[in-house]
Amino acid sequence: MDTREALVHSLITLGDDHLILGHRLSEWSGHAPMLEEDLSMSNMALDLIGQARNIYTYAGEVEGKGRDEDALAYLRTEREYYNVLMVERPNGDFAHTMLRQFYFAVYMQASWAAMVESKDETLRGIAGKAVKEISYHVRHAGEWVVRMGDGTEESAERIKSAAAALHRYTNELFTVNSALQICIDAGSLPDPSKLRDSWNNSISQVFKQAFLEVPEVAAPQEGGRDGRHTEDFGHLLSDLQYLQRTYPGQKW
Amino acid sequence: MSESFTPLWEVFIRSRNGLDHKHVGSLHAADATLAMQAARDVYTRREEGNSIWIVQSKDIVASDPDKEAENFDPAVDKVYRHPSFYEIPDEIGHM
Repeated sequence: MDTREALVHSLITLGDDHLILGHRLSEWSGHAPMLEEDLSMSNMALDLIGQARNIYTYAGEVEGKGRDEDALAYLRTEREYYNVLMVERPNGDFAHTMLRQFYFAVYMQASWAAMVESKDETLRGIAGKAVKEISYHVRHAGEWVVRMGDGTEESAERIKSAAAALHRYTNELFTVNSALQICIDAGSLPDPSKLRDSWNNSISQVFKQAFLEVPEVAAPQEGGRDGRHTEDFGHLLSDLQYLQRTYPGQKW
Repeated sequence: MSESFTPLWEVFIRSRNGLDHKHVGSLHAADATLAMQAARDVYTRREEGNSIWIVQSKDIVASDPDKEAENFDPAVDKVYRHPSFYEIPDEIGHM
């Protein structure tokens, strides 16, 4: 794998995390527990999908084979998506969704902050905008994690079970494959394994305020980075890709 | 979500080019921090402004709609309270 192929692969991977989580959040539109959160989750979904668009567009340019953002978002098979498993997990209840958002946003906040210093000029530009958006996601989701943990008996139980269900998926955020290693060595993308300590600290701080314990994970769940997904992902893709598969090239 | 957990808040936004915060609507939120986030999410997503004030609706003292007549009607026929009966000297120009 040469430097260019490695960058394309790693950009598509980054785009996939954002597209899939954005799609999951968008599933709340019209279904949130309150109107305020309905808009808030749709706003965050649009931030993530906007970031995915920028990343895919750039991936297509670097690749130089004529694939645009739509081709990358809609016209790949399941095994050709490399998002972490965590972002494809079904939304569950509001506690699950907010905790997943918090886990991902804390990770991406550090990652975008590092990417602002990337040797890749386009990535610096994308990161400069994204870091502002993701900082709000951290704040919004973090405030909810605290309030649910320190809220009613029911809300505390729900956020606790969300942590028990989701924490096993967080390990995959910090894995490095051969393509990413090439990009790290080239100075274009940050090394996620170096973001782990600060991520752990941020999670611990908020969990402390929320009277939550960070779950011990016996068996971390991974596979998405290699294109191996959970059953739910196929259903997500059928929904996400339906229009472009049924009406190829449709635009509006 | 019950009213006791999420009271009502009034939201005021200052637009980018405006001087005053203007009332734009209301929302439900558990506390001031979440109310501020909700105000940002609900009322500034189309670049409506760059400053937000919020206040809990119960803290606003409002005039009684039933007393509208006695409060406001007496001012109707007192046009002499408007400063529009002065000759403005030419050198002042347009006011």
